[in-house]
Amino acid sequence: MNAVPNSHAGNAYNFGFLDEYAKKEVRRAILKAIAIPGYQVPYASREMPMGRGFGTGGLQLTLSLIGPDDVVKVIDQGSDDSVNAVNLRRFIEMTCPGVSTTTKTAEATLIQSRHRIPELPLTSNQIIVLQVPYPDPLVVVEPSEDKRKTMHGEADYSRLLVKLYEDLVKFDEITISHRYPTRINGHYVIDPSPIPRWDVPKLNDSAALILFGAGREKKIYAVPPHTKAVPLAFNDVPFRVEDFRDEQGRRRACARCGCVNSFLDEFVADSGSKTYQCSDSDWCDSQLLQARQTEGEPA
Amino acid sequence: MGYVAIRGGGRAIAAAAAVTEFLRCEEGLWNDEAEPLKIDAILHQLRHLVDRVISEGGVYHPQLAALAIKQSLGDTLEAAFALRAWRSTRPRLCATPPLDTSKMRLIRRISSAFKEIPGGQMLGPTPDYALRLLRLELMDESPERFRTVAREWLKHCPETQLPDSFPKVLDALRAEGLLPPVAQPRHQTPFDITREPLVFPVPRSASLSTMARAETGSLLAIAYSNMRGYGDVHPTVAELRVGYLPVLLPHPVTGELTEAGEVLMTECEVVAMYEADAGGKPMFTIGYGACFGHNEVKAISMAILDRALQKGMKDGAANPSEDPEYVLLHIDGVDSMGFASHYKMPHYVTFQSDMDRLRTTQQKTGAPA
Repeated sequence: MNAVPNSHAGNAYNFGFLDEYAKKEVRRAILKAIAIPGYQVPYASREMPMGRGFGTGGLQLTLSLIGPDDVVKVIDQGSDDSVNAVNLRRFIEMTCPGVSTTTKTAEATLIQSRHRIPELPLTSNQIIVLQVPYPDPLVVVEPSEDKRKTMHGEADYSRLLVKLYEDLVKFDEITISHRYPTRINGHYVIDPSPIPRWDVPKLNDSAALILFGAGREKKIYAVPPHTKAVPLAFNDVPFRVEDFRDEQGRRRACARCGCVNSFLDEFVADSGSKTYQCSDSDWCDSQLLQARQTEGEPA
Repeated sequence: MGYVAIRGGGRAIAAAAAVTEFLRCEEGLWNDEAEPLKIDAILHQLRHLVDRVISEGGVYHPQLAALAIKQSLGDTLEAAFALRAWRSTRPRLCATPPLDTSKMRLIRRISSAFKEIPGGQMLGPTPDYALRLLRLELMDESPERFRTVAREWLKHCPETQLPDSFPKVLDALRAEGLLPPVAQPRHQTPFDITREPLVFPVPRSASLSTMARAETGSLLAIAYSNMRGYGDVHPTVAELRVGYLPVLLPHPVTGELTEAGEVLMTECEVVAMYEADAGGKPMFTIGYGACFGHNEVKAISMAILDRALQKGMKDGAANPSEDPEYVLLHIDGVDSMGFASHYKMPHYVTFQSDMDRLRTTQQKTGAPA
């Protein structure tokens, strides 16, 4: 992925918006993050022309890595059509002339996402960039960054485990729904960004490089390909993903494509009845297409 | 050549931009003589707005600040934000040496520590002693009169030449041995917050520059907590000065320092209660505040917080305003407004996940669904 160093004719901004020094700095931080899996590398995050919290950290990673031969996919809540995804994609198209964008997971070389990892398993030719609001899983037990840094260094996650234990005592369940603390390569515990627990197993032994960018908190971290990623749990209380079974214990299916093994969005109709649909819109489209092709085939 | 993925969400964004633009130009509906705001009018008639935006945006570019104010319909957070984002596209070419603020061309300087100060007090443009009564005559101001006011003022200006610069009040206190000598910086080059992340503990130059481009209200709120009793700086304003500071840069050929222009700045030095230093001789302590533009409340708040943070670094933080992490990570307008706004974005997935946990927990605890 080569960045074109000089500005594109007719475009007032440098390729990728950021100046080349900024991109170099981000790439250096990425290399460090890959070298120390799960370690939060501080970097001088730049202000982007969209709000902090809207994906400025992920965007800086994307813009530092992108080259004109890349095919970029941007999703938010699993959807390419979510307003924020549209906004970020449009900005990438505007500032990176020549770059292609796609909604198809399989076609993308670089995927920027907020809150989801696509259902289709990613390959070694792909990089996924996740947008991160809170980079540090210890923030729930320790507000001071200085103290948290020491705790990470010593791999001291005892207070986090105590929090999980207290949940079990109070609620008989671990109450962490998303941003589930996950131990990388046996040392650092990361906040895997607000992905649902459903997506956490995809971090383990991933073929694709997974990068995390926290723009406001000025941190970059990574889960390199084929790295161990284990959600925190106890021997007798295993980690569990979201439960999509109905009252009779049957797995709910997507109302649109019929898929029974994807993360579902819940829709409440005016009548109060609930329907469910795939959260990953490209997955839903391709399942639907597959189903139609199967139907269309002669018996 | 690239191909592009477009679907429905983009139309909503475009429509939102269009209706915002409608509001900006709405006056044209009923007023045939409606005129767009001129950048010059913003620069001069809304100068404190420009001052605030260049200060919080962290770029001394009054014209672009005025443009940012115009396009954001006067929202200071948005305007400072646009200026900062513009700054991200600019490389850092060089740094000035430390500039000497005793060389400032002053429009105002006061001291609340002494009645008489070397060079004298100069009230300058300030609303401090103005009666905050609405000037109803400005509701429908005559343009003819408006155009004569400045000329009239100059006509009646006294002939006496003011000196170009004034001595610093603190120098007098220093000469008397009431203040410690100017500390030699431990770090040769000041910390550049635009190029290095804050990793605590940070040097004082990092905390000063973070505060210099902080959001005024955030800085004021934390400083006010210290003034009210969550802290004990008890400052006296030794000197507050507003004026134009010559900016010196090394000449590209000779390397000699050359004046490249000037920036309007506010600088505030507060003196706080004395401490016994290591040598044993008690001395007053100092807090320092400085920022682009004419922003007195900001400079005073910054000076108080500088003192509070120095105390916190030395003795440990007894209050939020003495805790460098608490102060420095919560005063940036771009960061805080962005994050507050992000809650408006969809959170369907995480909320689905939250509901899963709550339903499971309710089932287990036997609570009615």
